[in-house]
Amino acid sequence: MSEGATRYPRHWRRPPLISDGRLRWAIYAGVLVYLVVGIGAVEVNWGRLSEGWERGLRFLGGFVEPDFISRWDDIRAGLIESLAMTLTATVVGVLISIPVGIGAARNIAPSPVYLACRALIALSRSLQEIIVAILFVAMVGFGPLAGFLTLAFATIGFLAKLLAEDIEDIDAAQVEAIRATGAGWWQVLDYGIRSQVTPRLIGLSLYRLDINFRESAVIGIVGAGGVGATLNTALDRYEYDSAAAILILIIVIVLVTEYVSGWVRGRVQ
Amino acid sequence: MAIRQAPHGPIWRKRTTPQSIALWFGWLLLVLLFVLAWEAMTRNQIWAFVWDAPEQAADLFGRMVPPRWSYMDQLWVPLWDTINIATLGTLLAIVLAVPVAFLAARNTTPSPLLVRPIAIFIIVASRSVNALIWALLLVAILGPGLLAGIIAIALRSIGFIGKLLYEAIEEIDLRQVEAVRATGAGPAQVLDYGIVPQIMPAFAGITLFRWDINIRESTVLGLVGAGGIGLQLKASVDGLAWPQVTLIFIVILTTVILSEWVSARVRAALI
Repeated sequence: MSEGATRYPRHWRRPPLISDGRLRWAIYAGVLVYLVVGIGAVEVNWGRLSEGWERGLRFLGGFVEPDFISRWDDIRAGLIESLAMTLTATVVGVLISIPVGIGAARNIAPSPVYLACRALIALSRSLQEIIVAILFVAMVGFGPLAGFLTLAFATIGFLAKLLAEDIEDIDAAQVEAIRATGAGWWQVLDYGIRSQVTPRLIGLSLYRLDINFRESAVIGIVGAGGVGATLNTALDRYEYDSAAAILILIIVIVLVTEYVSGWVRGRVQ
Repeated sequence: MAIRQAPHGPIWRKRTTPQSIALWFGWLLLVLLFVLAWEAMTRNQIWAFVWDAPEQAADLFGRMVPPRWSYMDQLWVPLWDTINIATLGTLLAIVLAVPVAFLAARNTTPSPLLVRPIAIFIIVASRSVNALIWALLLVAILGPGLLAGIIAIALRSIGFIGKLLYEAIEEIDLRQVEAVRATGAGPAQVLDYGIVPQIMPAFAGITLFRWDINIRESTVLGLVGAGGIGLQLKASVDGLAWPQVTLIFIVILTTVILSEWVSARVRAALI
């Protein structure tokens, strides 16, 4: 036996993620070049920054001493608008999503209906809320109605897609069993499918209620009502203590709705 | 489940009578809330604006087509800015979120009573505020521009990446950590050889997913002045230049679809 065969390696090195050395270094170099170019493109106005520093401190001070009182009427109106928008948009969105979701499930819908429903879902999902809000504000004017339409439209894309996927995943044996009793299409839907997807539908609706409240705080920026508009106004007036109060309220409401909807979802599912 | 006794024999029902009454009241409450919310929402609505909405929509559509293709020359730089905001924002978020995630995970946190609640609070606060609102604040503080956009994206992404990453850290296989420790590795080596390799696939997936969302969000950050293609969108909407708005929508949609495709490809290659 030769000398070399008995010598075991004393060190181990992790194999690199990309085994081809040249490709690896090319990727590293590419990332480095991008970082230099990308960061170089960021123009930082240092004079403006030092000015902003003082404002940032004032804003942080606003969080320490938020001012709920002096703009309370505006804040309350904005919050009520946001909550009203959230609730109505979720209810209407869910009501519309159910038929759309049924239509978008491949295992129960005929092909033209399937394609139409899937197209509607794709449209709703690819447009961001804020862009939809711009269009609705242009159509129905400023105010919470535009926000309601936006959120309801966005709910359809989210809920109908997940509902359709859930219907596609159901246990076909139960549907077959109901059909074997001589049930018609509606009866199959009611007894074979509805009972399998209802818990998840309730869970998803509550989750969407949550998301809709978060979004309702944003779309006010483009004029679709709600607490986002109040926040925008407060910042435009440089009233950082009122803005901090609004932000704190948004965070608290988001936390409460998230907790409550999580609790209800846990019980239903 | 309940069984009701009827003259011709027992009848099976899903709920007992009190349960069905409670359910009925639940639905009634929802309907009442809906009516109240609707009233509150439409109190100040001017319905004349709503009834002519179909005409307005047709009019808007008429103004929006055809898109003004020549405007594309002015969109390349904002588009590049948008991609930079999303990418640099995601990178900044990774740098900030990874330590937060390790501090928040139950099995790696140095102190579950003191440090973990702080890390969890950072994650929750970052998650509950939308990137657009962060941008609104940062534009007021830092002034308009790319920097505000990058930081806004980063601040929103910390919560997302941090939450998913700390959940991944909590789900690791402890036996591998134990095995590395048994070789005499120090804490840093345990982290490097025992924990990091286990969360790497999740980490890659999470950051790519977030980058994809960030591209989507950075396209509209300009609406509040935080740079990118949203600035052109706002200028065009405010100037009622609807053919330009259409072109911007097309560009945004294409970018979003492309970024989704890129992230799906990279994810498939990595994981």
